[in-house]
Amino acid sequence: MSEINAEQVAHLANLARIALTEEEIEHLTAELGQIMQAVEKVSEVATPDVPPTSHPIPMHNVFRDDVVGDNVLTVDQALAGAPESDGSRFVVSAILGEEQ
Amino acid sequence: MARAELMDYDQALELFEPVIGLEVHVELNTETKMFSPAPNPANSKFHGAEPNTLVTPVCLGLPGSLPVVNGDAVRSSISLGLALGCSIAPSSRFARKNYFYPDLAKNYQISQYDEPIAFEGSVEVELPNGRVFRVPIERAHMEEDAGKLTHVGGSTGRIQGAEYSLVDYNRAGVPLVEIVTKPIFGAEADAPELAKAYVSTIRDIAISLGISEARMERGNLRCDANVSLRPRGAEKLGTRTETKNVNSFRSIERAVRYEIQRQAAILAKGGTITQETRHWHEDTGTTSPGRPKSDADDYRYFPEPDLLPVEPSPELIEQLRAALPEPPAAHRRRLKAEWGFTDLEFQDVLNGGLLVEVAETVAAGASPAAARKWWTGELTRVANAKATDAASLATPQQVAELAALVEAGTLTDRLARQVLEGVAAGEGSPQQIVDARGLAVVSDDGALVAAIDEALASQPDVLAKIRDGKVQAAGAVIGAVMKAMQGKADAARVRELVLERAGNGG
Amino acid sequence: MSDLIRLSAADLGERLAAGEVSSVEATQAHLDRITAVDGAVHAFLHVDTERALATAADVDRRRAAGEELGPLAGVPIAIKDVLVTEGMPSTAGSRILEGWIPPYDATPVRLVREAGLVPLGKTNMDEFAMGSSTEHSAYGPTHNPWDLERIPGGSGGGSAASVASFEAPLALGSDTGGSIRQPAHVTGTVGVKPTYGAVSRYGSIALASSLDQIGPVTRTVLDAALLHDVIAGHDPHDSTSIPDAWPSMADAVRRADVAGLRIGVVKELDSDGFQAGVRQRFHESLELLERNGAEIVEVSAPHFEYAIAAYYLILPAEASSNLAKFDSVRFGLRVTPDGGGTVEQVMAATREAGFGPEVKRRIILGTYALSAGYYDAYYGSAQKVRTLVQRDFDAAFANVDVLATPTAPTTAFKLGEKLDDPLAMYLNDVATIPANLAGVPGISVPAGLAPEDGLPVGIQFLAPAREDARLYNVGGALERLLLAEWGRPILDGLPDLSTHELLATEEGAV
Ligand SMILES: [Mg+2]
Ligand SMILES: [Zn+2]
Repeated sequence: MSEINAEQVAHLANLARIALTEEEIEHLTAELGQIMQAVEKVSEVATPDVPPTSHPIPMHNVFRDDVVGDNVLTVDQALAGAPESDGSRFVVSAILGEEQ
Repeated sequence: MARAELMDYDQALELFEPVIGLEVHVELNTETKMFSPAPNPANSKFHGAEPNTLVTPVCLGLPGSLPVVNGDAVRSSISLGLALGCSIAPSSRFARKNYFYPDLAKNYQISQYDEPIAFEGSVEVELPNGRVFRVPIERAHMEEDAGKLTHVGGSTGRIQGAEYSLVDYNRAGVPLVEIVTKPIFGAEADAPELAKAYVSTIRDIAISLGISEARMERGNLRCDANVSLRPRGAEKLGTRTETKNVNSFRSIERAVRYEIQRQAAILAKGGTITQETRHWHEDTGTTSPGRPKSDADDYRYFPEPDLLPVEPSPELIEQLRAALPEPPAAHRRRLKAEWGFTDLEFQDVLNGGLLVEVAETVAAGASPAAARKWWTGELTRVANAKATDAASLATPQQVAELAALVEAGTLTDRLARQVLEGVAAGEGSPQQIVDARGLAVVSDDGALVAAIDEALASQPDVLAKIRDGKVQAAGAVIGAVMKAMQGKADAARVRELVLERAGNGG
Repeated sequence: MSDLIRLSAADLGERLAAGEVSSVEATQAHLDRITAVDGAVHAFLHVDTERALATAADVDRRRAAGEELGPLAGVPIAIKDVLVTEGMPSTAGSRILEGWIPPYDATPVRLVREAGLVPLGKTNMDEFAMGSSTEHSAYGPTHNPWDLERIPGGSGGGSAASVASFEAPLALGSDTGGSIRQPAHVTGTVGVKPTYGAVSRYGSIALASSLDQIGPVTRTVLDAALLHDVIAGHDPHDSTSIPDAWPSMADAVRRADVAGLRIGVVKELDSDGFQAGVRQRFHESLELLERNGAEIVEVSAPHFEYAIAAYYLILPAEASSNLAKFDSVRFGLRVTPDGGGTVEQVMAATREAGFGPEVKRRIILGTYALSAGYYDAYYGSAQKVRTLVQRDFDAAFANVDVLATPTAPTTAFKLGEKLDDPLAMYLNDVATIPANLAGVPGISVPAGLAPEDGLPVGIQFLAPAREDARLYNVGGALERLLLAEWGRPILDGLPDLSTHELLATEEGAV
């Protein structure tokens, strides 16, 4: 099932927005192949009759009242950790792609 | 970019059947956001706040922050689902839609994927020509809005050519309900009108439920239109395009019509349609290609592990169903009867997407006739000139105030039109504009009499004619007086006084 | 070495309450110890000296004013750097968050402050809690105080080492697949992973949201219980936080008694794959419990062998999404490619430079496991294995009160030994992972030193969800029985760290 090639790893790196070097891609391709081979065994027992569990402790309908909280930040707090801002907004370099 | 070639609309319809699909995003007007207790800018109370002042650690996706679902937003979504005739899922889940974009604080959007809150419904939509169409609804799901980008540098303010961009996360996390139709067949030549009427109906529903401010110009209501064509007689659906950024009623209709004509021209020449996102340009009335659909659209959806399933009880669903306002079609029939409008008059209102505005203006004290007149008349004229929707230019309260001023004789129709222009330009309330511009009718007879006497004295021949009983000759004097009063006089009163002065003066 | 730093938190709390010692004195003693030995151990990424002393002085003032204070008021505590702390840098061991100072406190941190504890600083960890050795920290590894050449476990090696080396009596840790329990095992300390949802995750920099849990790291079971009582409880900021009221864990320790307790030994985790000394101490502990009234039963958990595979699909998948927020826009590092670049290129360059190799490995793995066409085979199947593991637990707990396993397969290995073999590294968590998948609580308690290498060995107990008190009962009882046998706590045998100081500094490991 999991024949991972370098091209695929490069595509995954693009999806994950990591500018991997050629060496990293090569290295990861080999490692991922091994790891995937090891983890593939989940499919041996994951038969259709077994329901998936996404939350270990089942709960439902956890809601919040529609009331403004006490953790609203000031602009200064919001921008404090930003690599770049104009005093009221975050600054990013030019955007190539478009909105989704 | 070369302008796309368009086929004549009637010819396009002869050769192809249009199939449309509509995605409407409705911003809910809850006090706080979908997953964060930050104030919600889609609620008028917080609209227009300074950038990045309506944010908590959750809205900024700060490390360690976690979402918690707004219960009121869930109830609003269920109400909307029910009003769309949908089934409400006994158990529904949130999912993460993963993609990188700087307006998306976590670089994933919390949305719903395979288990939406509402599914399988339909909405009755009435077209201006009286045709009633049932639009099938695929699903309505809850999700969060993204922040807002401002592109700086370059000439257009658009994304292309910008040097850098600014991000404001106030809108990040605003509660959204995304309503997705099934493919709509059979609209034929009415497809553009139907698209517009459908969105207008969604707006009516949202407003009657009180769950959204539903103002398109504020982005409370946003529409993506999918259009495809198939040759007459063909069974297989054609390749579709998705036109984004269609943010006024008039542009929905225009964008769908444009896509039909553009695609027809390509297909007729044996070309193929690229499956892509297209952007609507209000200024040129055209669409341009955006991102092609590709494997970059691999959103890697998975169940949101930070949130738990939503399982509304049957009791809650029935309680919300019982509280639903009457369905849009019945609502319309009732309003038309109440207002005493003719078919034509009522269609005029519907056509402009102004049902809510007229209703609210009447509720604010205006007569139905006055409400209709101002909305479908002067405001629509100004809106067309500004290439926008009338609803974006004034509030029902402002129009009701204007109607009251006319009713009281403070304004003539002509002055009222000037006042409306001021309202549309954002100069303030009608009374404020009357005061600021000095537009009130001169009701002081002394000033009028002085002007009349002067006019009569300067036109002795006219005076003689009036005295001879040729009353229509008074028009010349009335004109001169109105001119002297700069229009701020009641013409009927001036006429009365002219006849009186001419008689007495003799 | 000052006596103050050798006290348990419970004892120190009592002496503070009795006015025999001030919090400022206790805090200063621990700060002095950090100065003396952390050059060699490197448990801390940040020491908050001034604020710690100010907080301690404030507690002393409140006590002098007659204010009613909790049992741990005035006691110093170390905080794993995975928890955000207002006004203190919070890096999660990553270069991408270097220097970031959060505008808010994580809920467990807030609770700890409200209970009058004194935060000393932030402890080292594998980057974003990905690892079992703390070697994946961007700021250099932590050294095991038992042998500075060896790993202190991970990801919470800093918290465990700080407690083991008497730099702090208490620490907070996080456990996604064993990151509290496995470091406890290799450092001779106590570590507890509470029931999923018992302690709020709000403000814990997420690794895998459905597995992460915050818990206590201490030298005694009672100390863990006292800290557990402070941090557990419902938090409306975390949707997965359990709303139930909890019994006192400290009471469970004080009343500890194993008479009639049924303990299940998971046969799949009592195999040749475990180091001889680890197994030996494990069985000696069980025999001791049996001699004191417990009943030992063998149970089978047939799906535990799939747990690691499921874990290494679920964790990377959730992590790939959780770590997407590190994009250079709102906080943290920004790296702009030479000659500028689009925002996409800046994001990619930042993440390339800001993440270490293990983080990149897991993000790519998780991206793969979730991508179109693979979801069902990988992530979906892993979630099914999770159901099967839960069923194994349910079946086992139908017959026994708690389960027992060795905490980890081996004692502390050498730094660098498994760094180039991710799969070997992943096997460290074989015994701890099932609890995270099922959300059940687990504790690791020192069981002695392995005869072959003289290094600490832990025993793990697991209880059904919400039955955390059972762990404190059995853990407290075993601790008391072993102490009676040994005559002194295991950590009394810790080598003198001050002699190693120069060595570690020369290595450049500080
Ligand atoms: Mg969409
Ligand atoms: Zn959407």
